[in-house]
Amino acid sequence: MSHHLVVRVIAKLLIPFILLFGLYVQFHGDFGPGGGFQAGVIFAAAFVLYALVYGLENARRIIPDKYIRMGTALGVLIFAGTGVAAMLLGANYLDYSVLAHDPPHGQHLGIFVVEFGVGLTVASVMVAIFFAFAGRGHKIDEMED
Amino acid sequence: MEWPGLYNYWIVIFLMMAGLYVVMARANLIKKMVGLSVFQASVFIFYLTMGKVAGGTAPIVIPGNPVYSNPLPHVLILTAIVVGVATLAMGLALIVRINEAYGTIEEDEIDAQEHDS
Amino acid sequence: MVLTVFLIIRLHNLFAVVMLSGIYSLLAATFFVVVDGVDVAFTEAAVGAGISTVLMLGALSLTTQHEKVAARSTWVPLAVVAVTGAALVYGTLDMPNYGDPDAPIHNHVAPRYIEDSLKETSVPNMVTAVLASYRGYDTLGEVTVIFTAGVGVLLLLVRVTGRRREEDEDAA
Repeated sequence: MSHHLVVRVIAKLLIPFILLFGLYVQFHGDFGPGGGFQAGVIFAAAFVLYALVYGLENARRIIPDKYIRMGTALGVLIFAGTGVAAMLLGANYLDYSVLAHDPPHGQHLGIFVVEFGVGLTVASVMVAIFFAFAGRGHKIDEMED
Repeated sequence: MEWPGLYNYWIVIFLMMAGLYVVMARANLIKKMVGLSVFQASVFIFYLTMGKVAGGTAPIVIPGNPVYSNPLPHVLILTAIVVGVATLAMGLALIVRINEAYGTIEEDEIDAQEHDS
Repeated sequence: MVLTVFLIIRLHNLFAVVMLSGIYSLLAATFFVVVDGVDVAFTEAAVGAGISTVLMLGALSLTTQHEKVAARSTWVPLAVVAVTGAALVYGTLDMPNYGDPDAPIHNHVAPRYIEDSLKETSVPNMVTAVLASYRGYDTLGEVTVIFTAGVGVLLLLVRVTGRRREEDEDAA
């Protein structure tokens, strides 16, 4: 698709806004509709769009496989780590009330951090899955075995 | 029984059975996956219609004292959708591998190849 | 939606079927807005109509676009579907009406979420509060499932050789 000028220009225009919208959904999820799951998918959609328009190799150069895989694991670790942090501070696992000076603030902080972990995992897993499917096609063309 | 009564459940059941029919009657593996997602979406609709309260609004706190719909089904389905796409990807990945191993994604042909060997 | 499902059953061109399933998801998302599930509608529109359609197209490009018309009999599945459907419809006769505020589902833990979640978590969006705080374990499990599915897809589809295999094991 990379030879269509219109598609390239429009994609370049759209991608920053998609990313910005993803961030908005991520961090405004406490107040309006949104949250980690949706934000992760929207973020991934931006990278998928980039990979579709500019080619998989360019997308891989922007965000190498290594970081994607680290992202998938890191998100789960942030989530589980928040639980462990609460436990170390003397509460139950995943009870965020102790994370700040009073329970509602602690809960808010905990939800914020946990949603970030969710978003990170979802975004990286979606991008990783898409890259896996798209990368498969290239390898079939080469026919290495 | 006054309108709308129970018709929401019947729509869900129709969609659910349509998905089940696709999964059972079609031999093509990708079509089976589509059937599964139709089935899955019908379950989502089922949960959300149960959570709806007549005259309710979306469960986000706003000034005043409105009636809120039940947030619990929303939470369950929200995570289920994303898990659904992850498992869908897993199934498609398996289909791609099956296609490489057998050269076909029709269940009957895979069966035939298995019996020949 | 019903029409879309009919077409999904009837058509044999898989490309059209995948596109229709995207449309089906979008219709489902609009329906979710009607029943007040704004968060869910958001997710369904982004996931069902966006990502999963892209993934299915990716799988199509790696396999084939046309379904072969199977010679198998359709009577057995039809009979099973009819019987199951009838049993389910019979089951719904005892269900509460649509939108009934006295349904059992609204009298269990939901009132507590609705009344106390703002006080206890200072998060106005109840769905987010319940998702991340009250049902934190649940969500942790879901995230782990997504992580596992991602790892599974990578294992199935990414061909690793020699030096890169060691890197992968480190990353895992």
